Amino acid sequence: MQDVVIKTDKLTKRFGDFVATNAITFGVYKGEIFGFLGANGAGKTTAMRMLCGLSKPSSGDATIAGFNVYRETEEIKKNIGYMSQKFSLYEDLTVLENIRFFGGIYGLTDQQIKTKSEELIERLGLESEAKKLVGSLPLGWKQKLSFSVAVLHEPRIVFLDEPTGGVDPVTRRQFWDLIYAAAERGVTVFVTTHYMDEAEYCNRISIMVDGKIEALDSPTQLKRNFNASSMDEVFYQLARGAKRGD
Amino acid sequence: MHAVKLDSLTKVYGKEKTVAVDRVSLTVEQGEIFGLIGPDGAGKTSIFRMLTTLLLPDGGHASVDGFDIVKDYAFIRSTVGYMPGKFSLYPDLTVEENLGFFATVFGTTIRENYHLIKDIYVQIEKFKDRRAGKLSGGMKQKLALCCALIHKPTVLFLDEPTTGVDPVSRKEFWEMLKRLKAQGITIMVSTPYMDEATLCDRIALIDQGKILSIETPQNITNSYPDKLYAVKAENMYALLKTLSAYDRAADSYAFGEYAHVSFREAINENLLKDYLREKGLTGVELKEIDATIEDCFINLLRK
Amino acid sequence: MRCFTNSPGVQNAETNMKQFAIFVKKEFAHVLRDRKTLLILFGMPVMQILIFGFALTNEVKNSAIVVVDYAQDEASQRLISRIEASRYFEVNKAAIDHHQIEESFKQGNVKLALIFPQNFEADLMHQNKAQVQIITDATDPNTANTLTNYMTAIIQDYQADINQNASIAYRIIPETKMLYNPQLKSVHGFVPGVMALVLMLVCVMMTAVSIVREKEMGTMEILLVSPFKPLLVILSKAVPYLILSLINVASILCLSVFVLDLPVNGSLILLFAESTLFIITCLTIGIFISVRTGSQQVAMLISLMGMMLPTILFSGFMFPIENMPKVLQLITNIVPAKWYYIIVKSIMIKGLGFSAIWKETVILLGMTLFLLIISLKTFKIRLA
Repeated sequence: MQDVVIKTDKLTKRFGDFVATNAITFGVYKGEIFGFLGANGAGKTTAMRMLCGLSKPSSGDATIAGFNVYRETEEIKKNIGYMSQKFSLYEDLTVLENIRFFGGIYGLTDQQIKTKSEELIERLGLESEAKKLVGSLPLGWKQKLSFSVAVLHEPRIVFLDEPTGGVDPVTRRQFWDLIYAAAERGVTVFVTTHYMDEAEYCNRISIMVDGKIEALDSPTQLKRNFNASSMDEVFYQLARGAKRGD
Repeated sequence: MHAVKLDSLTKVYGKEKTVAVDRVSLTVEQGEIFGLIGPDGAGKTSIFRMLTTLLLPDGGHASVDGFDIVKDYAFIRSTVGYMPGKFSLYPDLTVEENLGFFATVFGTTIRENYHLIKDIYVQIEKFKDRRAGKLSGGMKQKLALCCALIHKPTVLFLDEPTTGVDPVSRKEFWEMLKRLKAQGITIMVSTPYMDEATLCDRIALIDQGKILSIETPQNITNSYPDKLYAVKAENMYALLKTLSAYDRAADSYAFGEYAHVSFREAINENLLKDYLREKGLTGVELKEIDATIEDCFINLLRK
Repeated sequence: MRCFTNSPGVQNAETNMKQFAIFVKKEFAHVLRDRKTLLILFGMPVMQILIFGFALTNEVKNSAIVVVDYAQDEASQRLISRIEASRYFEVNKAAIDHHQIEESFKQGNVKLALIFPQNFEADLMHQNKAQVQIITDATDPNTANTLTNYMTAIIQDYQADINQNASIAYRIIPETKMLYNPQLKSVHGFVPGVMALVLMLVCVMMTAVSIVREKEMGTMEILLVSPFKPLLVILSKAVPYLILSLINVASILCLSVFVLDLPVNGSLILLFAESTLFIITCLTIGIFISVRTGSQQVAMLISLMGMMLPTILFSGFMFPIENMPKVLQLITNIVPAKWYYIIVKSIMIKGLGFSAIWKETVILLGMTLFLLIISLKTFKIRLA
């Protein structure tokens, strides 16, 4: 029996008459790379916000790292990391300043921040850039740095919202190396993406259509079930019938 | 005459003299779908902005429909269609008002060129009284395309029209482009998605302002220099680590459900399999494959 | 290939007009569909007029005054009792001398002092004229002015009474003295002031923000790439705000006439013509700001800090220019709102005609032309 770190039970969010997320039930295991796919407007962002404790569900239940999404949002925030394509780092601070700032926010001690930032800069090969402004780095490096900062406080789960949009294919793979390494350390990775080849890198994926989870399995199993040769096809078969957009 | 012609086109920004576009030369034939394929920051947007006369080049020349982008900017402005990357229309105007506005601004009417946009517009027509801000991403993109088409442009410039759009909408979008091509419109499109490259007639792979290669997608993949194998194993991460430690391989990286490994020349497949099993990997599968555009791009970037 | 039915420059006037019309229509849609913009546009002037109006035109009742009576004769006593009888004043006859007046002003409970000279009755009887002195605390100029008017009225009333049965006319001459703010700079001046302020805000900020918003959204790129002339883009941005601003001028004037009882003494047509000139000045400034900035926030900040503050500080509306240090007085000359404020005050309050304000009009016109040339020169037909 594996540890379940994300567990939802009929989790629902309504905005007036509109059911953005409709009774989704699933579980994510510790150390798993979980792909959360769906067409634009399928309700991914809304679901992710509830899981991060940023938005209160309308009904249903969910526990994140053992904490309840209604009552223990502060605890949840301490135990997760978050990064999106939009939220990057402070462009007008240097690499080191950003690391120190976010380390400080998550309550790391000065000593911890010092060792962690050295470790991180070495791992990313950023030694000569450590004192440069983040704004001057290429996008791919920013995204890698942003991810490393998101897992700086060793969260149990890290949420990634389209982390590799627009990044070149080589850097994209380096980014996934970081994801794999984090998963190896036992960090659960919850990721959304529009790149279907990236969906293949996940242990399991779910595909949301119009607020509901229509499929959830490993990429291999999904392809078998839908009699498809690629994830692209699986996605197309499911999402083609989608009625709404964002 | 070429629809678009770039001759050593260069763009330099700021005090640091960052070279965004570095002596780019290429030609786009009439009625062609030409793709600019490259990551963010490759210089795609700068090229588009120079061709649509929004930016002045710092070196070289370019022409669109035979008109010089500096001297004849007014001519170009009345003949081309342009959909910028950030384009969001007017969110507080309805679908119909947006379309009507752009039609009038371009000196035409919706009725006059309705046949051009009909295929696309029927898909959003039922929302014609809805404000553009309330449309979904895919619909907004369709409306934006209608607005860029309404004056019957000879050349259509689309700057990353599919970025951030889900795979289903992306597929539909490319089908629309093919139909436009059939109507004789030249299309120059940029995208960061490598899989979309095969949908173009010819593509330019671009990185850091420099052209890496200009060819038909088929020729680009044919000219891939190495032998490429797709490998699979139970534990992907372990497989990738093992492969990168295998010094006979030229390169290796994840690719969907497989890892791709390239070798300078043909290898004995069994030797590689044995090596992987020796390293404790299970469920090893191996097959030789043809390179995709993405493989070629990675190969060019690694050089 | 070089022959186009739609070749640039040859675009006919009809197409241009149609383009222009739909652009203006679109601008109106932006404004009318956004509740926040509407509120700023039409709510703000109403609020400002009402706040200024009611804060400054309190009716004066039972105001505490001091009477210093050096005469102590019958004539002075009769006048004092008449004042005591009025409902406007509460007389405090404490035996203070005139040196203590300022002290009691500073304490804030007394707003006016009336001083009779020693030979009040004797002067009146023998020279047929006598003087009284009225001193007011003009830190609140509106109140000071009202109190002085009431006091003078009572004195004239008294004078009329004693002259009724007399063969020679006796005259009492009130000598008024305003402390702290002798020119009474803002009496009734708030309507012209609010007009300058509102027009500045609406025209400068709204125009700048609406142009910069198109840059931010990326629609500016499309518009520049269209055959629609860039200059027309700017012009068609200005027209809706010109119209909306004129509506604002009208609504402010209506409020001031019907709600606050402050009539327009001069020519209404002249007032609107001058307002149109000032609105164009402001629109030009707005366009100039938009050309130089890339984000809505920056445009907003520059409009607020760079335009609103000088208007409030240097137009003479809040703070009398005469009391400023020389350097600041010079600076006020480059604030367009100052000239507009003078113009509106002259027309509205003093009821003067064009001959009295032609100088100010020429200055404002010069400023507008100068700004217009600069912003057209800096306006770019490309992105960078």
